[in-house]
Amino acid sequence: MLSTKPGLGGGVPLPPEGGRGKEGEGGGTVKIVRRPELTFWEKLYLPQILCGLKITFGHFFRNLFLHIAHRFGRLRHLRAGVTIQYPEELRPLMSRYRSRHRLTVREDDTPRCVGCMLCETVCPAKCITIVPGEHPDPNVEKYPIRFDIDLGVCVYCGYCVEVCPEDAIRMDTGILDLAAYSREEMQLDIHELMDPELRKPISECGLDFPHRCEVTGGGMKGSWDAVEGS
Amino acid sequence: MVIELSIIAAKALLVLFMVLNLAGIMGWIERKGSALIQDRIGANRAAIFGFRFLGLFHGLADVLKMFTKEDIVPAGANKTLHTLAPLFSVFFALVAFAAIPFGDRLYVGDLVSTGYIDLQVVKIDAALLYVFAMLSLGVYGVILAGFASRNNYAIMGGLRATAQMISYEIALGVSIVGVIMVYGTMNLGEMVRAQGHLIGGWIPMWGIVTQPVAFLVFVTAALAVTKRLPFDLPEAESEIIGYFVEYSGMKFGMFFLTDFLETIVVASLATTLFFGGWQVPFLMPDGFHFPWGGELLVFNWVYALLGFASFSIKVLIFCFVFMQLRWTVPRFRYDQLMNLGWKGLFPIAVVNVVVTAVVLVFLGEAS
Repeated sequence: MLSTKPGLGGGVPLPPEGGRGKEGEGGGTVKIVRRPELTFWEKLYLPQILCGLKITFGHFFRNLFLHIAHRFGRLRHLRAGVTIQYPEELRPLMSRYRSRHRLTVREDDTPRCVGCMLCETVCPAKCITIVPGEHPDPNVEKYPIRFDIDLGVCVYCGYCVEVCPEDAIRMDTGILDLAAYSREEMQLDIHELMDPELRKPISECGLDFPHRCEVTGGGMKGSWDAVEGS
Repeated sequence: MVIELSIIAAKALLVLFMVLNLAGIMGWIERKGSALIQDRIGANRAAIFGFRFLGLFHGLADVLKMFTKEDIVPAGANKTLHTLAPLFSVFFALVAFAAIPFGDRLYVGDLVSTGYIDLQVVKIDAALLYVFAMLSLGVYGVILAGFASRNNYAIMGGLRATAQMISYEIALGVSIVGVIMVYGTMNLGEMVRAQGHLIGGWIPMWGIVTQPVAFLVFVTAALAVTKRLPFDLPEAESEIIGYFVEYSGMKFGMFFLTDFLETIVVASLATTLFFGGWQVPFLMPDGFHFPWGGELLVFNWVYALLGFASFSIKVLIFCFVFMQLRWTVPRFRYDQLMNLGWKGLFPIAVVNVVVTAVVLVFLGEAS
């Protein structure tokens, strides 16, 4: 009466019917857990309910006392509630927490990115679009004319940060409130990525180096002569 | 005649005013109290001119929301019954207050023919039966809501309410038989007056002293009447949404209100039957007579006011305890509830009646 489970490679034999629970027949050990019987005092309910009331009343009066004490500025180190009042009070983030992306900058306010396309390549969601351009410095070779991330597609895996050889992209802005009314608003371009403070709609372009500027209509804008120190 | 009628109307309005406001405040206490129990802060956003006042305005905001919300009657539902059900619930919960005395007689001289006003909306000789009848009728609102909604979950809720009521009404009824035997009356006013006697000159003869077992059975069964945790099987948000799953707007609000109203009815009943109603220990109609010999005479209106305050405080304490219980005890399973009702409370209540009868007979022979 051996049966095999279909679909399992090699056909793993199951123990014969009724053989489960016995040791040494290939069925493994089965531990029978009995439902704990209630004692007489537990069956009476009342003592147990009183124990429960002790806990709830304890919390009630402790927190009531602490809230009143906080009103008078006392005992601030003891918390009366674990609630975080969200829009006013933000939850502390771990330093490795992956929040919205940003592009790091050089001393002359140009992106550190060298347009190597590693992040675009590694991205599992294919949410990064880079158009590289030629950098005047022959040691740098390339830089991004445009750098777009579609946050509506991004899975926040952090591979782009891991793979970047130049430490040019990071996910440490601490921005979590990414809600938007349209898909377009979820698409970040180089302006927002270089300045995490910016939010759509962006009215002014503050970038000097040549880039495809979505703010002023999608054409090329800026020149390397305007970049300070170059 | 006109004066007497207007006095009754004034008393009814006073009771309605107190009870409905208390129900509103209980919503606030429920929110904030449960938050305190669970280490939260609780609703605190509703504000008038920037004043949040500990979230007290949330009740007001809730009522506004309920009244302005769309009222939806599901297709295929019985529209008449669907509309009647919440009205039934609220109506029977409210009229039950008519027979509950909230104070002793207030002497007003020649204003009325009897010379005094009973602080009780109507004086009914079988007041206890009346209140219990109204409490039992309240369940019709629930059953009708489940029946008229044309929703399986609502019907489940209604059926659960029925089964729960059958399991508990008997224990509830039998538990107070002992009280009726001890005080020898069903008139709640007379019953409270009888609780003013002192045992051995020291202990007030409150129901809790003479009938402690009946008190426990009564409170347990009364919690089931209010359909709140731990006996909220008809509602049971986590299993079936309950009998009011198809209700929206103020119709739902009325069911919500009924929850609180029934809690207050039950708290008032527990106060009246077991905690001496408007009695203050050692306070006689003419003033305090302390067992250690002191006396402090008070005016009649002070006496009436003290009684009213005593009754209110006791009811508030009961409401608070019921609310704490609601946030302490998890929901009973269906079979556990039946077991508790039929195998636990009912026999205890019957034994209590027998023991009370025997003791009363012996006491009667001794005296």
